[in-house]
Amino acid sequence: MLPIVWGKEPKLEFFFQYLVAGITYGTIYAIVAIGFNIIYNATGIINFAQGEFVMLGGMTAVTLNQFLPLPLAILGAVVITMIVGAVIEIVFIRWLHKPSVLRMVIITIGISILIRETALHIWGESVRALPYFTGSSTSSINLGGVYISSQILWVVGVGALAVAALSGFFNLTMLGRQMRACSANRDAARLCGIDAGNMVTLSFVLSAAIGAIGGAVVCPITYVQYDSGTPLAIKGFTVAILGGLGNSTAAVGAGMILGILESFSIWVLPTAYKEAISIAILLLILFVKPSGLFGSAEAARLKEF
Amino acid sequence: MARRYSMVAAFAGLIVAIQLATHFMDASYHLTQLTMTAYYSLLIIGLCMLIGYAGQISLGHAGFFAIGGYVSAFLTTHNLSSYKGGAFASFLKKSGALVGRPDIYGGELLTVHPLLACVAAILLTVLIAYLIGGPVLKLKGHYLAMATLGFGIIIYRIPLGTTFLGAADGISDVPGFPLAPGVVISGASSLRVPNYYLAWGLVILGMALLLNLVQSRVGRALAALHGAEDAAGAMGIPTARYKLNTFVLSAVFASLAGVFLTHYNGGIGPSEASVMKSVRYVAIVAIGGMANLWGALLMSLVLNYLSLRGYFGTYDDTVFGAILILIMLFAPDGLLRRHLFTDLKRLVSREPADEEAP
Amino acid sequence: MTLLSVREVSKRFGGLQAIDDLSFDVAQGSIKALIGPNGAGKTTLFNLISGSLEPDRGEIVFGGAAVHDLSPDRIASRGMVRTFQHIRLFPKMTVLENIMVGRHVHSRAGFLAGMLNLPFTWKEERRIREKSLEILDLLGIAEHARTEASSLAYGQQRVVEIGRALACEPKLLLLDEPAAGLNMRETNDMGRLIEKIRDMGVTVLLVEHDMSLVMKISDEIVVLSYGQKIAEDRPLSIQKNPEVIRVYLGDDGC
Repeated sequence: MLPIVWGKEPKLEFFFQYLVAGITYGTIYAIVAIGFNIIYNATGIINFAQGEFVMLGGMTAVTLNQFLPLPLAILGAVVITMIVGAVIEIVFIRWLHKPSVLRMVIITIGISILIRETALHIWGESVRALPYFTGSSTSSINLGGVYISSQILWVVGVGALAVAALSGFFNLTMLGRQMRACSANRDAARLCGIDAGNMVTLSFVLSAAIGAIGGAVVCPITYVQYDSGTPLAIKGFTVAILGGLGNSTAAVGAGMILGILESFSIWVLPTAYKEAISIAILLLILFVKPSGLFGSAEAARLKEF
Repeated sequence: MARRYSMVAAFAGLIVAIQLATHFMDASYHLTQLTMTAYYSLLIIGLCMLIGYAGQISLGHAGFFAIGGYVSAFLTTHNLSSYKGGAFASFLKKSGALVGRPDIYGGELLTVHPLLACVAAILLTVLIAYLIGGPVLKLKGHYLAMATLGFGIIIYRIPLGTTFLGAADGISDVPGFPLAPGVVISGASSLRVPNYYLAWGLVILGMALLLNLVQSRVGRALAALHGAEDAAGAMGIPTARYKLNTFVLSAVFASLAGVFLTHYNGGIGPSEASVMKSVRYVAIVAIGGMANLWGALLMSLVLNYLSLRGYFGTYDDTVFGAILILIMLFAPDGLLRRHLFTDLKRLVSREPADEEAP
Repeated sequence: MTLLSVREVSKRFGGLQAIDDLSFDVAQGSIKALIGPNGAGKTTLFNLISGSLEPDRGEIVFGGAAVHDLSPDRIASRGMVRTFQHIRLFPKMTVLENIMVGRHVHSRAGFLAGMLNLPFTWKEERRIREKSLEILDLLGIAEHARTEASSLAYGQQRVVEIGRALACEPKLLLLDEPAAGLNMRETNDMGRLIEKIRDMGVTVLLVEHDMSLVMKISDEIVVLSYGQKIAEDRPLSIQKNPEVIRVYLGDDGC
């Protein structure tokens, strides 16, 4: 299901097509990774249900699009997913006192199963997709000899916008600064009058929002199904680790690396092993340099609980 | 000494009672699911050793189950009759390493003997477990969970993308497994009762081995490293090696379960390797009380049986997901551990502790 | 005779030189104390000696062999055993079981022997148990053998931790602030216990803040400041050393 319109000239042409496909997927992986990072920074939790936010965004947008115009459907999907994120935090996370890592891992895995199974009961096993935002699935734009489908520009553009908006939020707004204060030192932040509990809820809401946006933009290309969350979560996690947990700027670069590597792996290996490739990369990083390509070992040690 | 095994005897009694009950209620078809439950239980108690006693989570144990199942399924169904003329093949056939049987078209099917296939499966499992476990067990917390999950997904993807492993269809027509003369692991309905006892006999044997281990010097060292890893190392316990050995041990239990169940079912499919299976096993260990072999075994008996009989309907995975959340939210030490079980266990096997010596 | 020798050891964390070219020896059969103001590098040094950390430079020689590149468990099995500043008993285990873990390096039943419950393990277990009970007697806490270790009073937990280390039959016992959190009577008892351990033939190296304890029991004292050794002498001379007085009174006001 490559989002590629095959060009006429082989070799170099192919190379660019693969590159573009890699960047598209890389953007999505980066978006999932940033979702991981937002929650991780606020709580120290890895939310194993992160991929489910992406799935929910796509699925809900497809359903709403049946009776709403596309922009409204996407907006609705994002809002609904944000509500789901808030509910998860309030029901399952908020009232636990210093839960162990193992406990949080298992709880978020349980949540991801519940969301996936609920999606299965609502939407069934069928594969769905939104229409292309502009143009159609067969039309393409010629960028210096490389034919690119317009949706790819949407994915990359929205991804870039989301990253910019988030970094603006964390650096420029009061609320964003409060969240960062919380993640740096929760007790100190509380002493300054910041409600740490609400910041955690907010982190789930933000994380759900960015996941849902990603899910909606990408689903015209990749399609969406009740169980498409888990593979995305694994790859998003790979990217988050590759960039260094908690470091969202590096996650963008790491997303591109993984997306492109994965895309080119199809050149040499059967498509069926594509997922195994990115997981093998994950294992390799975990074994060799768990602090990530851009992170320092000491920073990683500080973050480990 | 005798007291250590009194629970084992009681459990054996339960197994007999269940069989008698199905016999008199004329419901012996339940034994099929109960036998399958037994093999899953073999995996569960091994995983319980790893998670509960050594304190290391694995979200990829269905992978080891699948390695066992697929290796033995492939070797016992892959037709080698085209090599029949070769000297090596005929030597193997004479020595019993290869066995012939008629295929469905009346031709001859020459395959590896199930026992040899089983040995190969276990050897491969040990190899992979050592290779993976070495680096993986250096990780902690989220990293360990994700790494084992990743391992599980890779193993899941391999049969799915490999035609000679049957891709999405899996491998079928796997023959029975003659463990000893007159003892065959097979799903034939005429062998239902002996297979039920055989399966649970294997579980009880595995249980006895693990109970011994828990009560031994190694068990004490594992409890120590689970409780305070740095202090255990400071007492001279080679923590990395002990964790790795436990990982390999639990992988072998999982792999054996895969081998046996594949012969019993006559086949294996990729769903056995899925992440959801791994998660389910962790859920059962968690609800059994983590560091509680008996709890894990009993919960495995109940939940696997209910699931295999289809009592959870289309909510099968939902049930296990919900169990995981509820247990971790409200009783992270497990259901059975919280209540009657610890006291019961102490009553039966712990006191007086001096009787541990022969 | 020298049992432990720290030779020109350095350790750096990022911008902080935690240990700077440090050397000293510990004589067999002695009690040696490491003191110094907070942040002087005492805990880092302890972690270097016991193998939790590896030095950037220099070597640590124990019983004639370099041990600074060995893992903590290998070092322990060679006869150098430590306790922890924040007591690290094994939770959910009784006092007796905690001590029995200490016998690990002196027993050998492995995974297979344990699973098969081989006869030799029965004898071994009995010996482990007997030896552990002996140690509890020695420490005067035999009546707590079946108590869960974490439910004991703090002072007694310290004694159990030392007992667990003694169960390893160490040549050198490393005590990380053995009197931390103890009241005055318990501290005195601790002092007597440490002397008793020395008289049993076990060499002791300890880090301690309680000066009266250190001055009373130590044969020799090393004073650290900012990762460097500023003095090494007998207690009486250390008390009169102007450099030591400056470091303690000037920086800490203690």
